[in-house]
Amino acid sequence: MVDRIDFQQLKAGEVNLGTSIMAVQFANGVVIGADSRTTTGSYIANRVTDKLTHVHDRVYCCRSGSAADTQAVADIVHYYLQLFSQSSGAPPPVHTAASMFQKLCYENKDALSAGIIVAGWDKEVGPSVYNIPLGGGLFRQPWAIGGSGSTYVYGYCDATYKEGWGRDETVEFVKNTLALAMSRDGSSGGVIRMCVITEEGVERLFVPGNELPKFWTGTEVLAAPKTKVVLDPQVAPMVVE
Amino acid sequence: MTSIGTGYDLSASTYSPDGRIFQVEYANKAVENSGTAIGLKVKDGVVLAVEKLVHSKLLVPGANRRIQTVDRHIGLATAGLPADGRTVANRARDEAAGYRDFYRSPPTLKTIADRIGQFVQMYTLYSSVRPFGISTILGAVDKDGPALYVVEPSGVFFGYHGAAVGKGRQLAKTELEKLKLSELTTREAVIEAARIIYLVHEDAKEKDFELEMSWIGPETNGQHVAVPKDLFDEAETKAKEALVSGFE
Repeated sequence: MVDRIDFQQLKAGEVNLGTSIMAVQFANGVVIGADSRTTTGSYIANRVTDKLTHVHDRVYCCRSGSAADTQAVADIVHYYLQLFSQSSGAPPPVHTAASMFQKLCYENKDALSAGIIVAGWDKEVGPSVYNIPLGGGLFRQPWAIGGSGSTYVYGYCDATYKEGWGRDETVEFVKNTLALAMSRDGSSGGVIRMCVITEEGVERLFVPGNELPKFWTGTEVLAAPKTKVVLDPQVAPMVVE
Repeated sequence: MTSIGTGYDLSASTYSPDGRIFQVEYANKAVENSGTAIGLKVKDGVVLAVEKLVHSKLLVPGANRRIQTVDRHIGLATAGLPADGRTVANRARDEAAGYRDFYRSPPTLKTIADRIGQFVQMYTLYSSVRPFGISTILGAVDKDGPALYVVEPSGVFFGYHGAAVGKGRQLAKTELEKLKLSELTTREAVIEAARIIYLVHEDAKEKDFELEMSWIGPETNGQHVAVPKDLFDEAETKAKEALVSGFE
């Protein structure tokens, strides 16, 4: 029996999704988003990764942790959901998909490093977001953030999120949150990818790295004197050899 | 049956030359000899009722129940060999529990009917086993509303508005067809179910019988439970009255 399970421990050369991911529900659907950075140590293995992964027509997941683990888990759930929709004759509820992720993550908690957010739309309950953090718990939330970058923006989300938003406000919230997380977290970055999932369909949104929303950029120089010093053009600076 | 003695009825794994499986047809005979079981799918719920023939006065009332609970919201009534009914009910419970464990949500009745259908069909394939001598009526209120299915000894299953199996099924079916099932409430359906069971019971030929009734509806909070005593007594009294007035 090990005293403590170190979830953060990656195997040598393992590809990590040091990540900022997010999902928010609104009246008609959900908005999910993620940065695009995949790293092996300090090397950016992929700067345009798609961490928003399709598992069924109206159910997606945001992946964080080991790229290999989360891809494998998402593939398994994708398979089970196809089986489910074929045998039941209807698309799966988001809760069903989330339960499958939860089961896999809990029962294999010693072997996996995967933090997954499942979000989507279904006929029974409409839009919903489920968070499945490291140990394999399952939590339904109005919004969820995850990955290493999320720790920097919990306060921003708590202070900003309001119930009753529409699509456009929710997209702005996700975009701003991810931009803030990416600017502080060294393991997050690149571009922002988002999906808006509603009954009608899934719309993909893309924000290039040079068009990320800007906040405080720290451009003022604090050491500069308060009053502007006017230099006398007659006084030539001393020549330095 | 014309083909007795030809050897095609010795095992369920042998077809007759005209493509029938006699062992499955014999299983249907076992169902036909059993007391009637009916199911009613109405506006807001489902009612199951059984005419349980009591073969001995020494039996304790309520023994050998033929209506069983599969899951909180699923009930099952059988006609045929009582022991086979227990086996199928236990399998249905396992399937329901397995579904809940895997999908973390209550199963739809269609799913359970499908799996029980597969289970029953497996017993029509091998010479080492005997097909189930029961027809199973499954009733539930699931996420899609009230649902009613019948699984036959061959393994086929169909969805119904009203179902009847066992000895009195023909008369019961004509009575069910007279009802406007989609307009009845579950409470009204209990009264009708009791009436039909009393009607199809052949008093002269048969021994005593016990009426068994369960329901799933708004008054049971979507759960499969026995019909409460006051409603049961009311339904039974009305059923007896209807029987008397019917003879006049």
